[in-house]
Amino acid sequence: MTTRTTEIWVGLFVAGGLAALFMLAMQVSNLSTYTDDEGFDVEARFEDASGLKVRSAVTMAGVRIGQVKQIHFDDDKLQAVVTIRLNSVHDKLPEGTSASIYTAGLLGEKYVGLEPGSSSNHCEDMALEAELEGRDFNAADCVSVPVYLKDGSSIQITQGSMVLEKLIGQFVSRFLTEGDSNKKADSSEGDS
Amino acid sequence: MLEYLQGLGHKSLNIFQRLGRGHILLANIVLGLHSLLPRLRLVIKQIFFVGVLSLVIILVSGLFVGMVLGLQMYNTLVDFGAEESLGVVVALSLVRELGPVVSALLFAGRAGSALTAEIGLMKATEQLSAMEMMAVDPIRRVLAPRFLAGTISMPLLAAIFSAVGVLGGYFVGVGLLGVDEGAYWSQMQANVDLYDDIYNGVIKSVVFGIVVTWIAVFEGYDAIPTSEGVSRATTRTVVHSSLAVLGLDFVLTALMFGE
Repeated sequence: MTTRTTEIWVGLFVAGGLAALFMLAMQVSNLSTYTDDEGFDVEARFEDASGLKVRSAVTMAGVRIGQVKQIHFDDDKLQAVVTIRLNSVHDKLPEGTSASIYTAGLLGEKYVGLEPGSSSNHCEDMALEAELEGRDFNAADCVSVPVYLKDGSSIQITQGSMVLEKLIGQFVSRFLTEGDSNKKADSSEGDS
Repeated sequence: MLEYLQGLGHKSLNIFQRLGRGHILLANIVLGLHSLLPRLRLVIKQIFFVGVLSLVIILVSGLFVGMVLGLQMYNTLVDFGAEESLGVVVALSLVRELGPVVSALLFAGRAGSALTAEIGLMKATEQLSAMEMMAVDPIRRVLAPRFLAGTISMPLLAAIFSAVGVLGGYFVGVGLLGVDEGAYWSQMQANVDLYDDIYNGVIKSVVFGIVVTWIAVFEGYDAIPTSEGVSRATTRTVVHSSLAVLGLDFVLTALMFGE
């Protein structure tokens, strides 16, 4: 075998190996789902963020629009503070958007689901004010300026993760107390 | 009684001497690597023998390992209604464990044994002594290129193994068993991490490449220069490097994924 063919084969081999690595990186791993740095950060406070991880998905209407960037604990309010990085194209989310932590499937990963809320509208505030003060308010005078979530804003309405054990515990304890009270009711009926 | 003790001591001393010789050889090879820079052609030739000629066995076994994984895991997962996770299971087991380990075992059998036999026969036919007579250092001229070639080839072979295995799992899972194609890839992409999984798998295969080629080259260089000695050395290469790969795999896995 001449040197030339050997070298061609080795070149093919190395290229194939690198292509396989590239395919593993791009097609198999989560590299393709990494969001680039273009985006803005929104903060949400949860009573319970158990199960949520950095880089967990953030979805709205079931579509991934961002990811969890950071989770830390607020010592003052004793809450979990979750920083969410939203893709910069999604800059029309109303200010009243609410965030909840859901589980994908029964046992799946936790993710943050956003639900659109009303964007507290400048006009509505003015109308309310006018009504309180007892004067007429002409809606046509007002130019509606919807408020959107932007970098640094925080989500007000949140619901933390449902811990299955807690739910079961509550259910069981309620069941037990109901059982006790039924028993007592039965025995008192028996006495009388 | 004393004779048994002496026998035990003799054997232990032999083992330690071999270990010592092996490490001195490794140090000499690594120190001699820089002399390969002007003679990269030697390395390319060895990559051909060590890597390119191992391609067929790696491709075929990777494909079949992936297909078997797809088949087996599907049957288990379908009981839990979780057959969408097939891609994750196949990709994680290949990238983390099976890719590096199985390709290192095949590499030891296919390339390691050949290296030992070649170097051992060079020693038996006194080619290595002849080189020394001509003031050519056989460690730099013969061993170092083979060592470097093995170290370069092994991660590439492992990557090819894993990639082909993922495709094999895809053929069986999506093609034959009817797993949703989008779920196969998207679940895989959501759960396989570039650094935690793929990067660590590559590190594993580099370590295995170094260890397997080191053992192969050392056994050949240290072989008793008779036909029997060479055959024994070849056997030892396959046995020792397989054991080393499996043992090291546990240590590396504990270090990487244990926490």
